[in-house]
Amino acid sequence: MTTDTLPADTETVETAAPARPHYRVIGTRPVRPDGVEKVVGRALYGADIYLPGTLYGKVVRSPHAHARIRAIDVSRAAALPGVKAIATAADLPLVEDKILVTGEGSVNQRYQSMNTLARDKVLYHGHAVAAVAAVSPHIAEEAVALIEVDYEVLPAVIDVRDAMAAGAPVLHDDLRTAEEGRKLDGPTNVAEHLRYQRGDLARGFAEADVIVEREFVTATVHQGYIEPHATTVLANADGQITIWCSTQGAFAVREQTADILQTPISRIRVIPTEIGGGFGGKLTVYLEPIAALLSRKSGYRPVKMAMSRAEVFAATGPTSASVIRVKLGATRDGRITAAQAELIYAAGAFPGSPVGAGAGVIFNCYRIPNLQIDGYDVLTNQPRAGAYRAPGGTNAAFASETVIDEVCERIGMDPIEFRLRNGVREGDYRATGPVYARIGLRETLEAARRHPHYTAPLGGPNRGRGVASGYWGNWDGTSSASATVNPDGAVSLSEGSPDIGGSRASMAMILAETLGIDVTDVHPRIVDTDSVGYNDVTGGSRTTHGTGWAVYDLGKKLIAAMSQRAAHLWEVEPEAITFADGVFSCGDHALSFKELAGRLGEAGGPVMVSTTMETTGAGPGFATHLVDVEVDPETGKVTILRYTAVQDAGTAIHPSYVEGQMQGGVAQGIGWALNEEYVYDQAGRLVNASYLDYRIPTALDLPMIDTVIVEAPNPGHPLGVRGVGETPIVPPAAAVANAIYHATGIRMTTLPMSPPRLLEAILAKES
Amino acid sequence: MITVWVPALLRDLTGGQEVIHMQAETVRQVIEQLDARYPGIAARLLVEGRLRPGLAVVINGEVSRQGLRRRLAPGSEIHFLPALSGGA
Repeated sequence: MTTDTLPADTETVETAAPARPHYRVIGTRPVRPDGVEKVVGRALYGADIYLPGTLYGKVVRSPHAHARIRAIDVSRAAALPGVKAIATAADLPLVEDKILVTGEGSVNQRYQSMNTLARDKVLYHGHAVAAVAAVSPHIAEEAVALIEVDYEVLPAVIDVRDAMAAGAPVLHDDLRTAEEGRKLDGPTNVAEHLRYQRGDLARGFAEADVIVEREFVTATVHQGYIEPHATTVLANADGQITIWCSTQGAFAVREQTADILQTPISRIRVIPTEIGGGFGGKLTVYLEPIAALLSRKSGYRPVKMAMSRAEVFAATGPTSASVIRVKLGATRDGRITAAQAELIYAAGAFPGSPVGAGAGVIFNCYRIPNLQIDGYDVLTNQPRAGAYRAPGGTNAAFASETVIDEVCERIGMDPIEFRLRNGVREGDYRATGPVYARIGLRETLEAARRHPHYTAPLGGPNRGRGVASGYWGNWDGTSSASATVNPDGAVSLSEGSPDIGGSRASMAMILAETLGIDVTDVHPRIVDTDSVGYNDVTGGSRTTHGTGWAVYDLGKKLIAAMSQRAAHLWEVEPEAITFADGVFSCGDHALSFKELAGRLGEAGGPVMVSTTMETTGAGPGFATHLVDVEVDPETGKVTILRYTAVQDAGTAIHPSYVEGQMQGGVAQGIGWALNEEYVYDQAGRLVNASYLDYRIPTALDLPMIDTVIVEAPNPGHPLGVRGVGETPIVPPAAAVANAIYHATGIRMTTLPMSPPRLLEAILAKES
Repeated sequence: MITVWVPALLRDLTGGQEVIHMQAETVRQVIEQLDARYPGIAARLLVEGRLRPGLAVVINGEVSRQGLRRRLAPGSEIHFLPALSGGA
């Protein structure tokens, strides 16, 4: 086993009892099993698949934000030499309503079909209208330009406030507001209204000494994964379809494609390639059903499709813009008496914004006796909102944690002390209802308060320090895995959770820990949908929890199977075999796992086990972040001087990957806070669909992000694991906003807090 | 005794009642009893005899995947919540 030393800028804090068990492998930092092939460039990503006879697919996309399709003329494109197939929505079967829960969102497959290829209307700039397969990508592009679409342009609506207003252009004539099992009357863009409520709001606010009420606005932002969507699909004349694609969930691709094509699910096999980032954006299909149609229509040739960056921005799910109103009351001694929030999230062209999750984030860090949270899922002429790392959480926390900072200022209380007085602990009820088991918010607050960063001098003018906490619920879900024991003692592990953040290493470590073998003797592979049992998506921060639990269970089954072999070898009953520290023993007999593996031929034959589990107990994640900024008063530019992220990981299986998740979440959160936004023209067309104009942070924009891992083991998992991937993107926007306030005296309530926007606020304050 | 937290937007049917206590052994029995006391609730929670898509039953803090069949231990707390839309 190879281990690294703990980097100097990290700290791991074990919290109070129960004490963490002593682990041999868990908590170490072995190198990743897939490292070499990625470093030398041999790993196969979505666009790397090539089959003999491959055709290249391209998509015709709407130039309008909202328009009726009068006619599509493909005759000139079809006549172009080299064009082998053209597809429009007329080639897609009609799909009935079916809600598919992906874990990071639920999607109605009827809408998914309408999003795949527009039927009677285009609903956003970039909406797919038709597609072409040709012998080269250049011919396919030429053919795309030859397809003529006759549009009747309709008024478009981008802002959620406009979309909710009377007389707004309505995207779907048949949409009615869903409100807890009933449908309200009349066409609308409000797809859903939800509410959480408890206590007596009026009484709670009456008890408050200080009430702060503010409205926040956040922009549409994209996940910004480096690898665009890409797939190769081969449909056979016998009805079988094979899909190679970059995805967070091969089984989700299979089910969605089966629904959209109305094809038996068992006829589809999905082979997940390596994935160059997803962050929630690769949970749904865009190209796969189209490529399958084109493959069928081309005479069963493989069809490869890969989006350009502009297509990724324009036609895949970003996360919602939002308008959020928060009112919070507290006593002078720092007790929250009441809180109210209204969250309005842009769903894009089809229902399904993460407003429910945002409503879950906004107050779930705190004990609040009287509260009301209203959420609205509102359609706009934008691409359908996709999941993005703690979907809806960053905007929600931006609002609530900024208001809490202002309350702290008004009552003159240290912001960490205030959060400790109100922060949830085991036995408290969430704002959204259910009771918490053991959680680690308070541990993150205490670790942040102890951290040298919290009391370090800021060291100059125009500088400020911000604090914010964050919650994410995490998900457990269903996972399957199988394993075989090789004669040399190594174990081949087959799993079905695409590895985005280093999960192969974590799975290998969990199995090695369970079996008492070296982690380098576990060989993990991510296999296709025909080669392992069902797995939910890699999303919801579930993989280390859910698939990790399945792998832990797999290890227990391997031990049982190997014990039977040892019993056979030693001619005793299996119950007589004991297993400890990687050694099977009975009386004077003892064999290590590896030694026994070498004798399976004489002990009853090879060993192979599998497991499938509907896991439970995804313990919520909490984090507290500290950030120092410097604001240039002449340009409005914000420089991040120092950042410390403290987070409860339950049990950190591979601390380097936990730290990586924390740093990655912070980096994305800072981008969201300071620069990222979709910019539209008056007609609702996206005008900044490139990384030149949509600015994500680079290494030059960020300091080293310090991390502190707190370990409050999750009682709902055999190893105490909590998901860690999403929580760290929740606090950054609020933490940065609070730091900007303490540097400038300006409360920023709009994201991004970009230089022009902040400069405008600075100039307004000066005047 | 089972404790049932009534969703906020269904409290128009319960006269504003936020929490209801009852004896029940399954989620199905909970909904049947709720509907008996407050007619119309079942129609808001169920579609064609099954839990409405997009609705999650949370029992003692854990989302149940067993729907109406889920058995309840005495002292259980039930919430009906929106199935989380909500990836990394």
